[in-house]
Amino acid sequence: MRNITYSEAIREAMVEEMRTNPSVFLMGEDVGVFNGVWGVSNGMLAEFGHERVRDTAISELNIIGSGLGAALVGMRPIVEIMFGDFLMCAGDQLVNQVAKARFMSGGKANVPLTIRIASGAPGSSAAQHSQSPESWFMNVPGLKIVTPATPADAKGLLRTAIRGEDPVLFFEHKMLYALTGPVPEDPDFMVPFGEAAVVREGKDVTIIGVGIMVQKALVAAKQLSSKGIDAEVIDPRTLVPLDKDTLIKSVAKTGRVIIAHEAHRRSGPGAEISAMLAEEAIEYLDGPIIRIGAMNVPLPYSPELENHVLPNENDIVQAALKLCGKA
Amino acid sequence: MRTGPEANEMKERYASDILAEFFRRMTLVREFELRAIEERRGGLIPGFIHSCVGQEATAVGACMALSQEDVITSTHRGHGHLIGKGGDPKYMMAELAARSPGYCNGRGGSLHIADFELGILGANGIVGGGFPMATGAALGFQMRKEKRVALAFFGDGATNEGSFHEAANQAGVWKLPVIFFLENNLYGEGTAMHRCTPIEDLAIRAQGYGFPGVIVDGMDILAVYEAVREARERAIAGQGPTMIEAKTYRYRGHYEGDPQVYRTQEEIQSWQRKDAIVRFRAKLVDSGLFDDGDLEEIQGSVIEQLDEAVAFAASAEKPAVEDALAGVYADTHNGLVF
Repeated sequence: MRNITYSEAIREAMVEEMRTNPSVFLMGEDVGVFNGVWGVSNGMLAEFGHERVRDTAISELNIIGSGLGAALVGMRPIVEIMFGDFLMCAGDQLVNQVAKARFMSGGKANVPLTIRIASGAPGSSAAQHSQSPESWFMNVPGLKIVTPATPADAKGLLRTAIRGEDPVLFFEHKMLYALTGPVPEDPDFMVPFGEAAVVREGKDVTIIGVGIMVQKALVAAKQLSSKGIDAEVIDPRTLVPLDKDTLIKSVAKTGRVIIAHEAHRRSGPGAEISAMLAEEAIEYLDGPIIRIGAMNVPLPYSPELENHVLPNENDIVQAALKLCGKA
Repeated sequence: MRTGPEANEMKERYASDILAEFFRRMTLVREFELRAIEERRGGLIPGFIHSCVGQEATAVGACMALSQEDVITSTHRGHGHLIGKGGDPKYMMAELAARSPGYCNGRGGSLHIADFELGILGANGIVGGGFPMATGAALGFQMRKEKRVALAFFGDGATNEGSFHEAANQAGVWKLPVIFFLENNLYGEGTAMHRCTPIEDLAIRAQGYGFPGVIVDGMDILAVYEAVREARERAIAGQGPTMIEAKTYRYRGHYEGDPQVYRTQEEIQSWQRKDAIVRFRAKLVDSGLFDDGDLEEIQGSVIEQLDEAVAFAASAEKPAVEDALAGVYADTHNGLVF
């Protein structure tokens, strides 16, 4: 297995699927001539031409809505939303049309639409270019929500999204694009939805990380091991569907759980996960469920403020020490 | 404003079977609406009804100018569009009655009826919700080099939604085979168009997106049909979108029960004097192709069809509550999506 970046892994999944299936195409703002503002679609225009790598107007509502229309007539569109924050411009199409098309039609509409979204902080991008909006859409039945944290998962989950028949919100964390890791070369390599990954085994505390916080949880786990705490790190990989079993099994083993995400703490993905654990695994818990997320303020421009507001490795370490009675 | 041919000219241009079908479908739309209103009062239909009584010529004329393979997106006021595109009143009535054999298995109701085999991508509960879907479907046709078009029905109110402008712009840029078909009935719910829109002819908005805007008499089915035929030919020839503004009027409230404080009886009556079905019927008789007996026979068959539709809906099974979660996803991952 060779090492490639998260960004390359995403591109490989798109390119390979486009080579084998003429129904698959990419559209979005600056995905062609510009090669994508994040460089993810670099070189794709040269290979596939303007017909299948389509630069759109700055019209998020129409990008997502026309992705739906194309999907309804048998295409498999991949659309790119440049910043997660811009999903709000497409709110109606996403929430009222895309998510509900199948259900409202009595299950007849097929909506193989993959919506790739660059999201997250930091970088002094301020309040309208930094958000992690995953949980806003967890409250909308009909969507699937994917948060890859490694290059291999990015590739395998994206292929699953493209080949599936349901609309998928595929959240790519901007700070992970340069992350390198091993990725299988098998042209059919897929990572199924609804299967969490046990990224690091441990027995003292479970750290459930979402997106980039998986990487931070691994750093935290290393620091904790030097303090005699053996942390287990779990990556749900998909928030909808959620692999409850793997989460509950881990909590049953450790008796302690921390949920870390970059989204705001209030009603972030951790709220749903902790409610689920409270309902289904409370008998295993030796302490409170701890949620770690961004403070409940808009993301600030000032690097000092931004750093203060966002969750980091040390927040996880401190929470774990406290939970294990070593603070 | 374009109008259709007079009786003599009509006789030259059209075969009598298509003329009879224009009349039959318009009558079916009108009678379907009146019957649905009655059945809602009687308790068979639980939800809202936004009837299109008065707008039969736009719905039927536009849909009959399309081929079976073409697709439409519809609106709140969509029953006429669905019947125009070949929808079966039996399954429509069953859907309105929230029954299992309805078009959407009782999941959608009046505002969401869809049938992909008939090219009906769906009525829509959101004003302006269908524009992007229509442009996306047209993009699919264009990419696959299929001679098909997408037609988006919408009302005057929807031209003030951002979705219209985003979709029209992108369709203009890519010269997509899409027809933006506006049924301008002068009111967006209860607000008169002139109170919320600074221009009188909305078709001029097409110019801003680089394609033609045509105004037709929406109470004249032949005018509507001919304009859509022309727009369709343009679209499949690769010349891009057309916007058609059909001036029309709904005779009943925005929804059944609307007190209609925003307009006068005189105004309603002035439009009813231009009624599309009455005028077309007179034209058919004038042409000598049909007599009153022929047309009454068509009307009788429509009423019979609706009696059957209502009986079918009333006796059809209701969805089982155990199946409430069915149809949300293609793959539920063993139920984990819930």
